[in-house]
Amino acid sequence: MGRTLAEKILSEKAGADVRAGDIVVAPVDWAFAQDTTGPLTVRQFQSGGFEGLAHPGHTIFFLDHAVPSPRREYANEHAVIRDFVRRTGAVLSEVGEGICHQLMAERYAAPGELIVGADSHTVTAGALGSFATGMGSTDVAVAMALGQTWLRVPEAFRVQVTGAMGKGVYAKDVILHLIGLIGADGATYKSLEFMGETIDRMSISERLTLSNMAVEAGAKVGLCPSDETTGAYLASHGRGGSHRLLAADADAVFERTIEIAAADLEPTVSRPHTVDNTALARDLTGVKVQQAFIGTCTNGRFDDIAIAAGILAGRKRHPSTRLIVGPASKEVLLAAMEAGYIRTLVEAGAVLVPPGCAGCLGVHQGVLADGEICVSTANRNFVGRMGNPEGFIYLASPATVAASALTGHITDPREVL
Amino acid sequence: MLRGRAFRFGDHISTDQIAPGRLAHLRANLPELAKHVLEDADPTFAERVRPGDFVVAGVNFGLGSSREAAPAIIKLAGVSAILAKSCARIFFRNAINVGLPVLICDTDGIADGDVLEADLAASTVRDASNGLVLTFGRIPEVMRLILDEGGLVAYIRKHGSLRLPQTSAG
Repeated sequence: MGRTLAEKILSEKAGADVRAGDIVVAPVDWAFAQDTTGPLTVRQFQSGGFEGLAHPGHTIFFLDHAVPSPRREYANEHAVIRDFVRRTGAVLSEVGEGICHQLMAERYAAPGELIVGADSHTVTAGALGSFATGMGSTDVAVAMALGQTWLRVPEAFRVQVTGAMGKGVYAKDVILHLIGLIGADGATYKSLEFMGETIDRMSISERLTLSNMAVEAGAKVGLCPSDETTGAYLASHGRGGSHRLLAADADAVFERTIEIAAADLEPTVSRPHTVDNTALARDLTGVKVQQAFIGTCTNGRFDDIAIAAGILAGRKRHPSTRLIVGPASKEVLLAAMEAGYIRTLVEAGAVLVPPGCAGCLGVHQGVLADGEICVSTANRNFVGRMGNPEGFIYLASPATVAASALTGHITDPREVL
Repeated sequence: MLRGRAFRFGDHISTDQIAPGRLAHLRANLPELAKHVLEDADPTFAERVRPGDFVVAGVNFGLGSSREAAPAIIKLAGVSAILAKSCARIFFRNAINVGLPVLICDTDGIADGDVLEADLAASTVRDASNGLVLTFGRIPEVMRLILDEGGLVAYIRKHGSLRLPQTSAG
């Protein structure tokens, strides 16, 4: 009997033929935390009495959430992390390098690996065929200390996407549509496994958008097959040697199959305050937006910024709509600068914020006023998410956000493309 | 036996409502953060909750971020257990790791303010206010072992490793 991608990776890691429902203790390839979960990871590591890291070179602390530090408490927490890294030999990703999930893709993750991160969007690296899952600080501290973790092998859903996406429709619309279809808890605990010709044609950046949001349906992992596109991406980042082909077996047993015809999709938006509260952008034109945000681990990559620049080139943002752009990493920022996109966006009225999570989690760089509406390329629109429980967040693709920044209300990007 | 009052919450209570991101600077001081526990779902909860009380919710409790501060401050506030129809994966794992039981059962029959008695060994909750007796799903054995030791760090300090019985979590 064939195996799902989750079963395949975890069987290899555990050194046994394991199936959905089995419990495994498996070696971890990469363990990481970021600046809002890292300090507790350090404290739990210390309270566990552990002597050192199992694999210092594969233990990473990313400073990305509250960077550069907006207040004393965060600065002190950053200092806790820097001190721990100095003493243990772990890897430090400093302020300005970028968002942990983007950097895992650019620098570390490879197909078939097991990755645990103290951040729910650790699932992002599933786009490269890595079994990457988010855990809390304690689990990650233990993984850092022992070099292993325990997992229950998840049942899997096959998400079969076929056909070509129409003009103005992007990977973000595919994943928002899927979450609207199955619900914010529609895949709780499951492995969401994306496949089909549409996925095969997607770039790694697009696949990262899909895998990133798997957790918004409750999934444990969001996996894409590792193919030639994966190999080319790894090679372009100097890691061609870590590539291998990897996919679910044709006769794998899936708990459920969800079929999506890409050609039927339209620009999609998640309304406040849950990600599954989806609607079509063209049905929301009455929603005026005071802030538009392009960035985050979901959609802060080079092609996302290119799409926004394409829409806003030679135009100006609506006078009542602030536009914030945050590249997901230093690499993205440099490439977007070189391509002229940053100049285009700034001339259109955007404010550029440093590589990092920016306003997504409500710490700084774009906190909403009471009653304000933000249309954002991020992955969450929960109450209070952007720093104010009286704010309202709509989630959309970079094209929809750029189009909305132009008109001042939620806009189907096909109207301005 | 756990005994306390029920504090009712709805469906899809996120970790942002439990431990808001705007207060992330307080994560170094969990007792201070606990004064704001569940603030964006019920601003009066933190001052009304007493040791032993229960958080009672609908589906998908704790969705969202991996912040362990969320279950940690619910526990610090004195809550003895969470009762919910379902619970998000990372929150569930974090709750067990910090020693906070999450009991999955049909919570519809429990009203705000009801007095509850939970028997973890018997997997039952009795609503003393209306006589309702609920059976909650078995906590997976692996997690039960961790919970019994008071959390994952305590488990490893005692056992010296992550060695777990090879068993199905069901």
